[in-house]
Formats: sequence, C-alpha cells, structure tokens
Amino acid sequence: MKLISIKKPAFPWFGMDIGGTLVKLVYFEPKDITAEEEQEEVENLKSIRRYLTSNTAYGKTGVRDVHLELRNLTICGRTGNLHFIRFPTLAMHRFIQMGSDKNFSSLHTTLCATGGGAYKFESDFMTVADLELLKLDELDCLIHGLLYVDSVGFNGHPECYYFENPSDTQNCVKKPCCLDNPFPMLLVNIGSGVSILAVYSKDNYKRVTGTSLGGGTFLGLCCLLTGCETFEEALEMASKGDSSNVDKLVKDIYGGDYERFGLQGSAVASSFGHMMSKEKRESISKEDLARATLVTITNNIGSIARMCAVNEKIERVVFVGNFLRINTVSTKLLAYAMDFWSKGQLKALFLEHEGYFGAVGAFLELLKSSEEA
Amino acid sequence: MAGHVGGTEGGRNSMDKSITLPPDEIFRNLENAKRFAIDIGGSLTKLAYYSTVQHKVAKVKSFDHSVKEAEGDPVYEISVQEEITARLHFIKFENAYIETCLDFIKDHLVNTETKVIKATGGGAHKFKDLIEKKLKLKVDKEDEMTCLIKGCNFVLRNIPHEAFVYAKHADPEFRFQNTHPDIFPYLLINIGSGVSIVKVESEDKFERVGGSSIGGGTFWGLGALLTKTKRFDELLQLASRGQHSNVDMLVKDIYGGAYESLGLTGDLIASSFGKSATTDKQFSKEDMAKSLLHMISNDIGQLACLYARLHNLSTVYFGGFFIRGHPVTMHTITYSINFFTKGEVQALFLRHEGYLGTIGAFLKGAEEDNPNQYSWGENYAGSSGLMSVSPDINPMQRARSGTFDMLEMDRLERQLVNLPLLQDPSSYIPDTVDLTEDSHAREYWLSCFEEALDGVVKRALASQPDILEAAERAEKFRQKYRHKLQTLRQQPFAYGSLTVRSLLDTREHCLNEFNFPDPYSKIKQRENDMALKYYQKVVRALEDLSWEQRQFALVRGLLAGNVFDWGAKAVSDVLETDPGFGFEQAKQQLQERPWLVDAYNQWIERLKGEPHKCALFFVDNSGIDIILGVFPFVRELLIRGTQVVLASNSLPALNDVTNNELHILTERIAGMDPVIQAAVKDDRLTLVQSGSSSPCLDLSRLDKVLATVVRERRTDLVIIEGMGRAIHTNYYAALSCESLKLAVIKNSWLADRLGGKIFSVVFKFEVPPKTQGLH
Repeated sequence: MKLISIKKPAFPWFGMDIGGTLVKLVYFEPKDITAEEEQEEVENLKSIRRYLTSNTAYGKTGVRDVHLELRNLTICGRTGNLHFIRFPTLAMHRFIQMGSDKNFSSLHTTLCATGGGAYKFESDFMTVADLELLKLDELDCLIHGLLYVDSVGFNGHPECYYFENPSDTQNCVKKPCCLDNPFPMLLVNIGSGVSILAVYSKDNYKRVTGTSLGGGTFLGLCCLLTGCETFEEALEMASKGDSSNVDKLVKDIYGGDYERFGLQGSAVASSFGHMMSKEKRESISKEDLARATLVTITNNIGSIARMCAVNEKIERVVFVGNFLRINTVSTKLLAYAMDFWSKGQLKALFLEHEGYFGAVGAFLELLKSSEEA
Repeated sequence: MAGHVGGTEGGRNSMDKSITLPPDEIFRNLENAKRFAIDIGGSLTKLAYYSTVQHKVAKVKSFDHSVKEAEGDPVYEISVQEEITARLHFIKFENAYIETCLDFIKDHLVNTETKVIKATGGGAHKFKDLIEKKLKLKVDKEDEMTCLIKGCNFVLRNIPHEAFVYAKHADPEFRFQNTHPDIFPYLLINIGSGVSIVKVESEDKFERVGGSSIGGGTFWGLGALLTKTKRFDELLQLASRGQHSNVDMLVKDIYGGAYESLGLTGDLIASSFGKSATTDKQFSKEDMAKSLLHMISNDIGQLACLYARLHNLSTVYFGGFFIRGHPVTMHTITYSINFFTKGEVQALFLRHEGYLGTIGAFLKGAEEDNPNQYSWGENYAGSSGLMSVSPDINPMQRARSGTFDMLEMDRLERQLVNLPLLQDPSSYIPDTVDLTEDSHAREYWLSCFEEALDGVVKRALASQPDILEAAERAEKFRQKYRHKLQTLRQQPFAYGSLTVRSLLDTREHCLNEFNFPDPYSKIKQRENDMALKYYQKVVRALEDLSWEQRQFALVRGLLAGNVFDWGAKAVSDVLETDPGFGFEQAKQQLQERPWLVDAYNQWIERLKGEPHKCALFFVDNSGIDIILGVFPFVRELLIRGTQVVLASNSLPALNDVTNNELHILTERIAGMDPVIQAAVKDDRLTLVQSGSSSPCLDLSRLDKVLATVVRERRTDLVIIEGMGRAIHTNYYAALSCESLKLAVIKNSWLADRLGGKIFSVVFKFEVPPKTQGLH
C-alpha cells in the first residue's frame, strides 16, 4: 500500500464566484475532524463553520441552498459536506466588512475567487479586510466545476437531466441522465448576461459568443414593467401570466399559419408586438408582461444557442446559470426550442447545481494550488 | 418574423394633416396609368403604377441628296416628334392621406382598362374595402416576402448606387456601393415588427432561413410601455438622447474594467437592463429607450451574423420599418454587425428600401409585360431622392420627407450591360471624383451648375423659337433644376454618390421632363454643316505630311476638335461671342507639349508596331470635333488595317453627337472620301449606340449590342474622348486592353486641380499589365 502524502490547504475551504448580480459561495464543511484537530482549531474558524452550517439565511439577502448540499464528499483526503450559498453582489461590501470584523486574514487561507467581482473588488478585499484574492478565470472555473460536480454526482443521483417529449407539453417530463461522455458540448451559461462556450475537453474550449440579453435583462425589465423587486417575485408572476396577450403571434397577422414559410400560427412573430397598441397597453396585466419578458429572453437565448450549435457542429447543448434556478418555464421552453427548431437534432441538457459551478471551480483551484505548493 | 407594422398609431399622422404638395405633382401621368400596386404598412402607404409619358424627341433626317443640292442647304433636317415611353411611378405617403389620395386617383384615372390592384403589406386587408369602393378595382393580395424580394432584386439590378453603408461619424454618412454585376446570393434581414432573415439565391429562388421575434415591434411595444411614449419615431428621438450605460450593466460594472483574457472591453454591455434589476432608482425615458435600442439592434446584428456565417454569405442588406432611413437604427445595426463579424461583413442599406414591397407587388402584376427584360433608370427629375428622416435633422426637412416621396423609373430602350473590356467589373467606378466626399469640389460644381443655369434656359428657349408656351416650360425647368441643386447642397447623397455626371444627368432629365429634348439641335446642325465643308481640305493637308508629322497632326486635330464643347463654360463664352472661332484658332489654344499628361511618345512607338485589330471609339461633340478631329484619325486607323467601332449617344446630351446624327454625317463623309466609303461598305467601320444619353460615360451600363460587337470584333483598343467621358468619368478606369484617354481641360478650376492651366491636354495611353509582355 502506498501512502500518498498530500499537503492539504488550511481550513476554511471556500470557493467564490462574484457575478454581476449574485455572489456564489461554496463552503466545505469537514466532517472528519479529529479531537486533536478540534483542539487546535482556532476560535474564529469554528465560529465561521458554526455560522454557515447552522443557518440557512444570512442577513437579509444571503441564502443557503440546502437542497443542493453535497454530502459525504471526499476530497483531498478529507470527508465532509459541500454547502452552496448565494447573496446579491450589492451586499459585497458588507461581506468584505464582515471578513474584516471576523479577522479572516488571520486564518492563513487563500481566498479563491472568480467572476468579474474578483477583479472589481480585489482592492477592497485588500484594503478593508487585508485579504489577498487568488483571482481565477470564470470560464475555466465554470468548466472544471461542472465536470467535477457531474463526476461526483448529486448525493447518489445524476447531476444532469433533460426533458423527455419536450415538444409535447402534456407528456414533457424531467429525466435524469449521465454526462458520461460530455465532449464536445455547447455550454450556455445564463447569468446576468450570457456566455456560450464550445467545450472540447476539460482544458480545450472557446467562447463562441455571448449576448447581453440574459437573466439581468429579464429581471431588469420585469422590475421596470411590473414594479416587482426580486427574481422569485418576477418568476411567480410570470408563472401566472399569458404571453400571447403581449406578443403578436403569426396567427394574429396571417389568421393562421404562414404556410409559405412553414411558420405555425402559434409562433411568436413579434415579442411585445401587441404593445404597440395603446388600448392593449392599457388593459394588460403585470403577470402577462412578466411572462412575455421571460418567454422573450428565453426564446432568444435558445435561438442564439441553436445557431451556435449548428455553426459549431455540436449536438449537445448544456444550459447552466442562475437564470434557470426555480425556472421550469425557461428550462422546458429551451428544451422545446432545441428539439423543435432542430427537428430533434439537438438535445438540451440541464444541471441541478445551475449557477454554482464557477464557485466550485474556484474551490477546486484552492485545493490544487495547495497541492502544487 | 413577419414584416408587419401592426398598430395603426405611431406614424406621423399627428403632423400636418393637409397635403402639402399639390397632388397633381405627385400622382403624375395618371391619365395613362395602368397596373396598380399598393403596399400599406403601419404608417406609410406606397403606391405604384405603370404609365406612359409622351415626350418630344428630336430626330434628324437626311435630305434627299440625289437631287443636286443648293449651296447653303443644311445637310439634314431636324424634326421634333412625339414619342411614348414607359415609366414606373412609385409614391409614398402617410396612411392618413389614403382617402384623399384615392379620391384624387379616382378622379384622374380616365381611360384605364385596369381591373385589379395588387396589394401587399399588413394594412392591405384593412383598407381593402375602401380601395375597392373608391377605385372600383379588385384588390388582389400578394405574399409580402415574395414582393419584398422581387422589389429588392429590381432596385439592385437597375439603380446604380442603390446600396450604401452607413457611418455615423463620417462625412458623408452614406457611402454608396458599386453595383456588382452579379447581385446574388445575398441575405436580406427585414426588420418589421419581427425579423425575417431571407437568403436570396436567384431571381426566383429564395428561402426564409430564420427569424426572430425581437424586432421593431418589440422596440415600439416595449418602448411604449417603459417610456409612455406612443410613437415610433418619438421613441427613436428619445433613444438618440439617452445614455444606455445608466441602465445597462457593462463589463466594467462587473469587472471594474475590461475582461482582458477574452478581449471584452469595459464598455461592452454585459447585461441589457442589468442595472434596473439591481438598483432601486428611477431611470430616465431617454436612457431606457437607448438601452432598448441597443439591446434590439445588437440582438438582430448577432443573429444576422450567425446566419451569414452559416450560409457563407457576406452581402447582407437590412430593411423594414425599423431601419427605413433612420440614422439612429442604421448606426446601431452597423455597430453590431461590425462587432460580431469583426468587420468581415458590412451592413448594407438600400436607398429605396421603403418601396421594395410595392415594387415587388407591381412586378407580380406586370409579369406579362416582362419588366425584367428591360433595363430601367432612375429619373432624377421625378424622384425625390433619399431624404433623411433623422430626428437630428432640422424639422423642415423632416416634415417634407414625412409627407410625400416619389420614385420614377424610365424604361430604357435597350438592355444595359458591362463593357466586356473592363478589367474588374465589380470594382469599376465610373466617376473620378465623388462630390459627396469632396466638399470643396462639391461646392465648386454646385455653384458652377447654378451659374450656368441661365445660359441653359436661354439655350433651351432658343431651340424652340416658334413655340409659345416654351417660355413657361423653360421657367419650370429652371425652377426644377434649381430646386434639385438646392436639395443636393443639403443632401448630397440624395441620389447616390454626387458626381459631375449625376449633376449633368439630372439636368438632362429635367430638360426632357419639360420637353426640351435637344436644346443644341440647331447649333449642332450649323456646326456639322460648316465642318463638313472643310473635311476634304483637312484630309488633303494631312496626306501631304510625312508619317511622323501626320500622326502628330492627327492627335492635335483630335484635341483641337475637342475644344468645341458647349458644355464647358469657358468655351461656350468664346463660341457665343465669336462665331468665326474655328479649327485653326482652337489649335492655337492648345497647350504645347509636354502636355499635362503626355503619353504621346509611347503612342507613336505603339503605332510603329502591329496594327490593332479593332478600335472602339467613344466620341464626344458634333461639328468640328467629330468631323475634322475624329474622322481623319479614324481614317488613319482604317488605312492601318484597324477596324473601327464608333460609339455615340443614343439620345441627345448637350452638343454631343448622337447616333442618329452620326449615321447621316458618316454617310456624307463616305460620299466625299473613298476610304471611309469602302470601310463602311466592308463593315470595317461600324456605328453603334452607347445606350447612354449623358455627356459622361458609365462603362457598366452600355447597350448590349455594343458589348456584342466589341466581343465579336476582338476589340483591342478603346479610345475615350472628351472631359465628360475621359476626365469626369473613366480617368481611372482600368481596361483589359490598350486604351487612349484624351481630352482638353476646358475648365480652369479643374485644370488647377490637376496641376495645369486651362486648355491643358490630357493624353493618356495605357497598356494593361498582362498584354504588355506580348508587344
């Protein structure tokens, strides 16, 4: 038997992804702490662990996604649980202040961070909390995190799923699947904006394109149109609305299908097209507006993703990002759009940990950096 | 998706409700109108009809010379005949005027046999009953996209400078594209309320390859919700004043700067409306409208690029009401295309984009007339040209462009094609100076044409001394052309690139419009008579010279003849005041060698070698130029064993010799000169018409017959004579065979620009690189 001595990084183990709207944080809670370790463990490390694991909400806006927790994970020779926490980027300054208050810098850990905020807030971490960030590329982290989570699975279940019968609303059901042979894949990351990557292997990928019409656009427009304030609120309204009161459909123009071009009457001809009319603007409900916004943004992403898949000759399209959180309207619509417009050629895949892969990737980097040290 | 404007509000219908122009100036030639088509959009109606115009044309007819002619009899007689030509009328007006317009049409549509009106556009069904009731015509609906494509093909094929790229910060903002001889394949992105992406492969083969629901309707509908602003163009105005970075989340808002490893700059939009999701503040209407405009334009641009790449197409035209001449949207779309294709694809826009649907519907209805068999030309006199509807432009112009707009196209007698000897037809640009780009030159030429106007009016009047109402028409001509010049001063891009040629052509169109088909007919007649008398003397004098001396005398004769140009102010002043000014005086005016451009030695060396197989000679003026300059030169070529094709204008322009006149002159010269007679008889000297009626020359629009002759005779020398044809146009034209471009600069400003003096000589002999090695 060969003993491998791995130089483990010091606890706490974090990975952080600071996006445009949300900060995603993963925290590894070791469950195999020996009595000896317990004794050596400094007080503020203990308090961090207790604070994060005993609560599910932090301050007014921080949330731990308990249902996503990965349990009994063995990594770097340690076993424990991986926790998934998010809070708005707007609260970043309070978070840094907390790091300062809790004297985080005394813990001799490296804070691995990715996302744009790793760059934007770097100097604040330094000046306010005396913390040096290890900045990581967000796309590298995204891919590494995704492949890792998929490989360890979701507490014994597959991480990945798809929709069976995506073109049949009655019989469309979510089905788990394995991403055994994931390459090449088109990875569509829908955060505030959207990035589309063609991934050929763990370290071989390119960013094909992106669009500014993303989750931020959905929420931003919803806030302006309906006065709502949160993503949850916006989705709740959208789930009750009917976009055909807002959008102009092919049949609204042609009385039915536009046969000359094989367009179904139910296809959207002009998003928000009915809103050109004053009477219709005055009688429209907030729910319908929210739904139309959601459908417009989702269809557009689907359309761009599909074109990229065709241009790149990739059949597997994986959608991730926090826009898809609690958003079955969009996931089903994307599944339908991929299937319908490609005549079954393309397959839409989704992952349970939607928006956390960047943070997981950053976390993995922490372990790797110590390994190499 | 579908190219419709759904709502009925929103155009400019709250603006002036009255028709600001008299309808008889808009719906012209209705008396003979047949074949109607109408395209009713959300705010604008476009009407098309085919009509015939009766025009006076000048004809010359040879007298019967079998009887002994009296001394002093003219060589031919001039007559003015009525001729009927076909013309297409396209008129654009606001939907608010539809009823008034239909009433006017009903009252003036007298002897038509038309039974149906072809209709397209979203509003067609809405106004169906009204049209049927008013006009007693059956409304026959045509597929919108088919009409659009048909119309697009038609304008691309028939209107030079139809397509342009838009550059907001450039002067001028419009950069017109050369008409590529082969217009297919291309991608048309029609941005109506939704977006349709159509791949067009040939006249009849096109396919809607994709589309998007995020289009003009989204901008309008969502914009109206966000800003409580109802009208489309008001939304655009709001947008043009806004700051999108107040609403959008930029890369720098997330990264603090650029995302360098991916090359994404800090100012790039990461998330449209992203700031309104995270900040709790009021956003201005202007900022939201701007953000929305960027969001939609970028999205469309991105899809356009994805489709262009998928189908491997680099020609992409944009149209639809979202674009329709709005500088704001043309700019954002252009920006987006540049960004997504890294400059590989250019966004192209069309001058007559708004008319495509109605042109197409019209063509569908006119299939039995085979309109695609003919070439058509934009009539500058009757067309209002491209007007900017930019909110930035002053309100006066906007109101004008908003009310009525007209496009008229004349059916040309013959099909026009490229000169087969162009080195690269796709990069050929006829005009030497683009006045849209060169503001100094523009200023000079516009003033020059303005100053010459009185003289032209006088000349026109003098050509019809016995006709009473000629004075009234001449005055109307003056007003029309002056108005055109004023328009061009404001909007130099109105008819495509502004050039000396387009200014000259516009003047010819305006003269024709008011029935002055040939103001110089009498002058030409007098000068031809006079020159013919000297022909034999000139030829004899040349025969006495040694070969070397004769070659130089021939070239000098050609150049001296070219001094007789009524189009040049300096010369027309001389000719006006000194009727005795003759060939010898003209020779004395010429610059001594070395000339401004002097390839005479190379030419002489070339003449010592193999004779050319066939020379194509684009001739210029009548009188001394053609008779005492060109013919002796041609005679020498014929003696050398070179066949000669003389290409002259199909219709009159200034004092240029027309094909009609040239036939008579050749016959007369043949009667005096056995060399010419034999050449005519053996078909070694051929007369063809150029297909043009311009004092300038566009080698990409020439009579098909000319092209055939040129090819059949294996033409290896092209001679282009005169300022209009060899300096204002074709100075830089690259031909695949040897060419001689010669002219006398009879304009001191132009001479100055070229670094010479008035009456400087340009004698350019060019040998294409490929054939150079063979000699």
